[in-house]
Amino acid sequence: MDNFPLSELELAAKLPEISQTEKRSLKITPLLTLLLFLLVGCSDTPWNNPYSEHDEGQTIFYSSFSERPKHLDPARSYSSPEYTFIGQIYEPPLQYHFLKRPYELTPLAASGMPTLRYLDQQGEPLSMSASDAEIAFSEYLITIQPNMRYQPHPALARGKDGRYRYHLLDAAFADEIYSLSDFKHTGSREVTAADFVHQIKRIAYPRLHSPIAGLMKEHIVGLADLSKQLDSAYQAKKKSSGEDHPYLDLRQYEMAGLQVVDDHRFTIRINGKSPQFIYWLAMPFFAPMPWEAELFYAQPGFAKRNLSLDWYPIGSGPFMLSVNNPNLRMEMVRNPNFHGESYPAEGMPGDAEKGLLDDAGRALPFIDRAIYSLEKESIPYWNKFLQGYYDNSGVSSDSFDQAVQFDTGGDAELTDEMQQRGIRLSTAVQTSIWFLGFNMRDQMVGGESERARLLRQAISIAVDFEEYVSIFNNGRGVVAQGPIPPGIFGYQSGLKGINPAVYRIENGIAKRRSIDEAKALLEQAGYINGIDPETGKTVLLYYDVAASGPDGKARLNWMRKQFDKLGVQLVIRATDFNRFQEKMIKGTAQVFMAGWNADYPDPENFLFLLHGPQGRVERGGMNAVNYANPEYDKLFEQMKNMHNGPERMAIIDQMVKILRHDAPWSWGFNPKGFSLHHAWYKNATPNLMANNTLKYKRIDSLLREQRRQDWNPPIIWPVWLLLIVLIAAIMPAIYMFRQRERRAAS
Amino acid sequence: MMTYIIRRLLYAIPILMGVNILTFMLFFVINSPDDMARLNLGAKHVTPEAIEKWKEERGYDKPLLINSQAEGLDRLTDTIFYEKSVKLFMFDFGSSDSGRDIGHDISQRMWPSLAIAIPVLMVGLSINITFALLIVFFRTTYIDLWGVVLCVTMMSISGLFYIIGGQYLAGKLLHLVPISGYDTGFSAIKFLILPVIVGVIGGIGGGTRWYRTLFLEEINKDYVRSARAKGLSESMVMFRHVLQNAMIPILTGVVVVLPLLFMGSLITESFFSIPGLGSYVIDAINMQDFAIVRSMVFLGAVLYVVGLLLTDISYTLVDPRVRLD
Repeated sequence: MDNFPLSELELAAKLPEISQTEKRSLKITPLLTLLLFLLVGCSDTPWNNPYSEHDEGQTIFYSSFSERPKHLDPARSYSSPEYTFIGQIYEPPLQYHFLKRPYELTPLAASGMPTLRYLDQQGEPLSMSASDAEIAFSEYLITIQPNMRYQPHPALARGKDGRYRYHLLDAAFADEIYSLSDFKHTGSREVTAADFVHQIKRIAYPRLHSPIAGLMKEHIVGLADLSKQLDSAYQAKKKSSGEDHPYLDLRQYEMAGLQVVDDHRFTIRINGKSPQFIYWLAMPFFAPMPWEAELFYAQPGFAKRNLSLDWYPIGSGPFMLSVNNPNLRMEMVRNPNFHGESYPAEGMPGDAEKGLLDDAGRALPFIDRAIYSLEKESIPYWNKFLQGYYDNSGVSSDSFDQAVQFDTGGDAELTDEMQQRGIRLSTAVQTSIWFLGFNMRDQMVGGESERARLLRQAISIAVDFEEYVSIFNNGRGVVAQGPIPPGIFGYQSGLKGINPAVYRIENGIAKRRSIDEAKALLEQAGYINGIDPETGKTVLLYYDVAASGPDGKARLNWMRKQFDKLGVQLVIRATDFNRFQEKMIKGTAQVFMAGWNADYPDPENFLFLLHGPQGRVERGGMNAVNYANPEYDKLFEQMKNMHNGPERMAIIDQMVKILRHDAPWSWGFNPKGFSLHHAWYKNATPNLMANNTLKYKRIDSLLREQRRQDWNPPIIWPVWLLLIVLIAAIMPAIYMFRQRERRAAS
Repeated sequence: MMTYIIRRLLYAIPILMGVNILTFMLFFVINSPDDMARLNLGAKHVTPEAIEKWKEERGYDKPLLINSQAEGLDRLTDTIFYEKSVKLFMFDFGSSDSGRDIGHDISQRMWPSLAIAIPVLMVGLSINITFALLIVFFRTTYIDLWGVVLCVTMMSISGLFYIIGGQYLAGKLLHLVPISGYDTGFSAIKFLILPVIVGVIGGIGGGTRWYRTLFLEEINKDYVRSARAKGLSESMVMFRHVLQNAMIPILTGVVVVLPLLFMGSLITESFFSIPGLGSYVIDAINMQDFAIVRSMVFLGAVLYVVGLLLTDISYTLVDPRVRLD
């Protein structure tokens, strides 16, 4: 390629070409723009509709997810992003009633509530009034519904000869398979009691790393032994076969605590008495799993291509997963083999007025499909909700002021803009707690000494969680008075439930004790004016936290200020999640913030967090502050096996009183969930325990289409205006360009 | 040239080994396998046995660098370093910590990344070069002054502003395109319009200013004066001569990024919910899936080395004086 200029003759020939090109490009630009708009807007569908126009008018539920589910295998899954999907697909024996509060268990896959009997050490039945000491085992007899069938799935497809079509596939065929849709045939069969038993054995199988395996080993008879047996069998097979992940047929292994009575009945035997165990039967861990599915997915090469139970579930619930693309979209469709269920006919007072009983007795589910789109950022997610492309939404901090305002009474209500759009607000205090923990093994803040206790009490008064909720949670939370959140048995509402160690009741109103009172406690503890008598310097405490980023910094500054009120210097020891966990395990943290979300709606699930034998350092348990009080522990043992009633309530009151006195936690707050939904989204009511509520939702798709069109008309004139401005800006430049060219030529 | 390419590829080996060792140190020495297990298993009901099992399943229970209990070559190969890092040289990315095939995921997710990156690069390049030439054409005039001011202003604005502003204007106010999302096939076009426009506009400031500098450097050279002395028009001087001679620095900037287009854009993909490799890395970081992060860091390093090599080769195409011996 040379750098020499063209001759003038060549130039003369080229000049018109250049100007022709310019002219063409000027004509092409608006044409391209027009073409682009035609491409997206050749129908009545709003141009900004992110969904296929073929879906219009269908009863589809539109929602989003921000985090890809890690596991869809019911033996492994244990987080809410995963339960959003598997809760609709798998059916454990029990479920939570959709409307009734306090939360109540009702049958799901079971035909009735499990029958319980107590047994002595020899396995002989005892009367139901037997004492805890007599009861060696509890046995649940579960009868499942007849005619429950699995969703259509290739693992269950059989040929004319009755043999499974896709089991033990030859390598060449298996190599061509990349997704379940590559299989031509699907099949189904009835759900049997053996499938439930099979799934419980899967919890024991160490290879699956079920998060509740450790816990269930303590409860279910024989689960620990089976786990050991399966582990050695797996290792032996791995060695002998040379395979990385050999298949183990769990049907070949017996488990002492499980028995299949017949096709529709099975028993689970647990150690001692544990009224809370029944709540676990409402979780997908206990949903049925056909052995065929495990054999099918264990075929060579399948796991590498994501053909596994973690990716493609097989359930008997109202929905089945039809699209699993966690990078983009998850879709569920109605399971054609669903056995049927009706919308509840009973609810709470006021539910009928809210329209929550309009569908009473109608067959479930109401929707045909559910589409969940990946939405990682809150701003586009919120805007798409406002445009009608999502049926419901949470309220992030970014959009809180646009959506919610507080009236003079402090109650949350929707802003005018939201009300005009027909959007509705649901709020509910969550069954979870955030608290400030004091490590009871620490020399300064921990231990049984009166000095440490007074220091903890003073800090509990100084750390103003009302302010915290107001600043960092937009008022979405209730300050906790003890370990039990509202909605759980044992929670005391009103003035009766106020923590007297932190609040003073004046004229029937609970008021946080003053900083002077907190300082007085500090002085009582020997820290006069915040000075440590041992060192002669200001009291220095360490706050361990796994936080970073601008949000975290503001929270940390706030926390520092709270301690500063007492003249106590707080040193922030920010670290990552792992280092924080390590500190918890070793017991080297001093003051920290932590949270707990209920597994089930029983006070035991909160009170055990302060049970001595659950100490994190010594036993690796969930008692992160390593609190141990023999009196409390004794009451806990007594309370945990009791059924809800006045007697249990009295013990819980006593336990809470001990905790308030000892103050191993500063009680923090119970977060409040806010959710918004459009007018076409029916039967929306908060149910914080159930994870299978999609089947109750009803969509008025006609109203939705109408609203979407009303809210999203394309506005084109600014585009034309922009084009005109651009052309107007370019024209003088072109004129000047030509002038210069002419000048150069002359 | 072949000798040169082979030599450069051989140079790449120690670079990639360095990257590999560095990422290994970061992910395995600073962040122990126990930490990875704890992150993956969560904080609820996790027993020490479960952590041990998790590590064993994924081969994280082996020694880091040297297996003193093994014999012969196994002392080196039966280690985490060999299993997790050396295999990357064979482009065997293995499975993610959640058990998914990383190679398969990369092959799936590179297409959405390319669907945005290629149009942004092509359209952006044309617009930036055209604007730069225009500004240079009108150098020392108000167009030049205000053009530079505009460019500096545009490049001073965060990319996030263009994304949020674009979504607000085109998606929320004017209802012209979906605010975010993606689809396959032709249905993807309506989702790509906005990110591509935002990507192009976001790059105009910096790009135009960079090319303007290149062109201004060229325009004062002797051959340009000769061209003008021969009576060529300014447009002919600019397009036929200045542009061609400025191709080497342009190519340096462009060819080197070509392989990296596969890697996607972290922020754009995240805000527009586009399932590309950029969001793959973000997801992996959020889920603390270091097997994916390690693979992507290695892949990025390989692509960067390839990009530099391609740049060198491309010089021979635009400048006959360059010989790769």
